[in-house]
Amino acid sequence: MVNSPHETVAAVVDPELLVVTIEELGVLRSVTTDDSGRVTVAITPTYSGCPAMDAIRADIRAALASAGHCDVDVVTQLAPAWSSDLISESGRAKLAAAGVAPPARVTSPAGVPSPATLAEPAPVSARRSAGPVPVALSVRCPRCGSPDTRRLSAFGSTACKALWRCEACREPFDEFKPL
Amino acid sequence: MTGASTGFDRLLALGDDALVMAQRLGGWCARAPEMEEDVALANIALDQLGAARLLLGYAGEVEGAGRDEDALAYLRTDRGYRNALLAELPDGDFAVLVAKLLFFCSFQRLRYARLAGGPDERLAAIAAKAVKESAYHVDHGAQWTVRLGDGTDESHARMQAAVDELWPYTHELFEDEPELRSPWLSTVEPVLAEATLDRPVDGWAPRGGRDGQHTEALSYLLAEMQVLHRAHPGAKW
Repeated sequence: MVNSPHETVAAVVDPELLVVTIEELGVLRSVTTDDSGRVTVAITPTYSGCPAMDAIRADIRAALASAGHCDVDVVTQLAPAWSSDLISESGRAKLAAAGVAPPARVTSPAGVPSPATLAEPAPVSARRSAGPVPVALSVRCPRCGSPDTRRLSAFGSTACKALWRCEACREPFDEFKPL
Repeated sequence: MTGASTGFDRLLALGDDALVMAQRLGGWCARAPEMEEDVALANIALDQLGAARLLLGYAGEVEGAGRDEDALAYLRTDRGYRNALLAELPDGDFAVLVAKLLFFCSFQRLRYARLAGGPDERLAAIAAKAVKESAYHVDHGAQWTVRLGDGTDESHARMQAAVDELWPYTHELFEDEPELRSPWLSTVEPVLAEATLDRPVDGWAPRGGRDGQHTEALSYLLAEMQVLHRAHPGAKW
């Protein structure tokens, strides 16, 4: 059985997260093949400085080459800006199973900005004077499921993750940040 | 009139602000007060570097003289840099870095938000990504400002000294877009108040960065950043 170029690229795994594909992450935008057989792949970075992009480009080329496609162009497409809402349901489930809490929704399904988001954190003072702290309410420990968790740092082991600790099982864990 | 009127100079100003911030922040890796902070500052530096690469790459194309992001980053002297002075100032005390994060990233966030809705589609796309990242940077600077300002006598005194030292340099940020000063003050002033810090009086307002007239600090920063590329042009590893 021969996979299409799209199937081949869609199966490329993120080099840092390892359990999710670039399609599940929303990093893959499109795969097109022209009449000459030239394959053009459009990808978008999660964060502006994401150092995994070079590895992703190389992995895409390698996957296509082993499927017999050597005339390949990988382009970067910034707009519309990537959002953690683009991570698919299967991607979220795989992240959780690997011990990375999936991100809270930045926008509700109707496209209305959700109040429970960290995407636009207000200054500390504004939060206290403006009512409830806009912290994602549902960051559950991916190991034991407890909601009794605390964010230790908004910045973690990669640009896209924050560092948390579960107060119930006392284990630290990563959260994929809402963006 | 400043040099930021042409497309190239405007992109250089944006890119150089981010690049110089990235270099300053990167200098804190392994020197911050706790390991989580090493990671946080390196992450913010990475975001700034990512934006700088996109902006300088675009600037090089607009200029049309064959200079790419590396040529612009590594082969210009201080007189060719268009960053605001605030970005380049030394931050030997952690409190100075914190004040710089609050002041500078709040400004960047407002500027990116405006550019994200602007007519230049490529610049709007870069800004639309950067503005979301900026929100995290501002929050980080605000949290540390409050923690240090409303902390011990020692941390309060050093945070106040940092705010006083940097405040004059914030005026230059609004040279080309004076209307952003008011929303910027609305972000910064409540944080200072919560941190029990005095908001400095406006007065001396040094400028010149957008015209390539910098403090000596930028020369040392560039010397360190550029030495490898200049000694071994095109080196890869």
